[in-house]
Amino acid sequence: MKIEGKKRLWQDYQKEIATDNYFYARSCIRQNFFPASEKTFLRVMREELNKDVYEDPRHTTCSGIVYHSDLVTMDTTMTVIARQFSLMTESGRKNYVPSCITSFGLYTEVLEMWEHFPELETKAREMLWKATGREFEKPENVAHASDIIYKFRNEIASRGKFRLVNHRTGQPLRGVEHIGCHYSKMFPHKGVGGAEYPYVLVGMIEAFGGEVVDYPERRHCCGFGFRQYVVKANRGFSISSSRKKFESMAPYKPDFILTNCPGCPYFLDRWQYAISEMEGVTYGENGYGIPVLTYEELAGLVLGYDPWDLGLQTHQVSVEPLLEKMGIPYNPATKYLGAQGQDLGRPEKPSVLKVY
Amino acid sequence: MNNFGYTITRDRQIDFDKLPRDIYRELCQKEPSVKACISCGTCGATCSAAQFTDFSLRKYILLLRRGDHKEVAQNIDKCMFCGKCQLACPMGVNTRNVIHSIQQIITSNLITLNENAGI
Repeated sequence: MKIEGKKRLWQDYQKEIATDNYFYARSCIRQNFFPASEKTFLRVMREELNKDVYEDPRHTTCSGIVYHSDLVTMDTTMTVIARQFSLMTESGRKNYVPSCITSFGLYTEVLEMWEHFPELETKAREMLWKATGREFEKPENVAHASDIIYKFRNEIASRGKFRLVNHRTGQPLRGVEHIGCHYSKMFPHKGVGGAEYPYVLVGMIEAFGGEVVDYPERRHCCGFGFRQYVVKANRGFSISSSRKKFESMAPYKPDFILTNCPGCPYFLDRWQYAISEMEGVTYGENGYGIPVLTYEELAGLVLGYDPWDLGLQTHQVSVEPLLEKMGIPYNPATKYLGAQGQDLGRPEKPSVLKVY
Repeated sequence: MNNFGYTITRDRQIDFDKLPRDIYRELCQKEPSVKACISCGTCGATCSAAQFTDFSLRKYILLLRRGDHKEVAQNIDKCMFCGKCQLACPMGVNTRNVIHSIQQIITSNLITLNENAGI
């Protein structure tokens, strides 16, 4: 398909994204996988864009991780989500912003179910009241945190100190974008660009000066799939899915992978190590892997934040090759130092995958 | 290499750009009626050899169309040429000659096939 045709398709799927006064809900697993990403989102929103973002320490998981692992019923999930909305109502905000793609998909799914089956909403309200004595209003706008960064991508780019351009050659860096399955595969009209040609990450890469690589398995799942990984006997499915994507993207020699889901960056990052240990294969240049970034990390790099403040040292695949291409200075000596300057220790080196 | 307690499954995607379809093309030249096969399985249902082995002409034609010859090469000699499949075939495929042609092609290409299959 010609790129002009794709752009027309993307334009058919636009969504309303609130511009301020957000209620932010963190992801239960991102804080462990990529601990600085959510902090970076808040920093960008509050310090760079001067937006009002409220988060409530009492909020919990959306229950998506247990719902998709077949451990709780939809009734339980609806009640948990009703409680999240009650915290938003209490804060006076009406724009709900989940950090997690699965949460975004689940909130969207529950709101759609309530719209088509109002008796389920009544039941959820009743259960929430009986359990906690709380009431709630439904959000006026639900947008994923990557939608928000997408919305303000041009402002971020204009304030940015670095671009997705090879500072030695002047050529745009080539990025592979990977959208979380629950972003728009369930409800295409709820995602920027729809399910087939989601534009949310493409828009960021283009605004930051990079070039998006199209490849055959672009829309294939990263492999997480909840039960595929959570149940150890199923992990072969997970790593096989990731391998299928790596094999498909590697010939195009991408400089980085950009993701907007909690699971995708984790598995696309860590499975590169596991595949290298199991098969002796690496997918990046000169024995290194392909660096994997979250959208907050990319925005932070563009804005000139210290790579170690962004938590890039917690990645399995070294990000230094990308930093060097972008011309971002970094200090190897402080890579594994804590906030107070204490030595956090160095991770063990893999036997095949090269790391800095 | 490390063993983490799980394995990487090979992709079962049929990629016509990568798989060799030369054998099926040669088969079509030798016995053009094979192109009429609709994979209905009637041949297998009547097959005498299939009572005692896992011989399946339907499967082998399908595999050759996909460029996968390894299993065909291992099993094609199990046919006893009784001809019941040819009587039953609703599309009039000359199944006996199809099998005979496959045997000829496989035999004449054996060295190349073995190399490709890593045998």
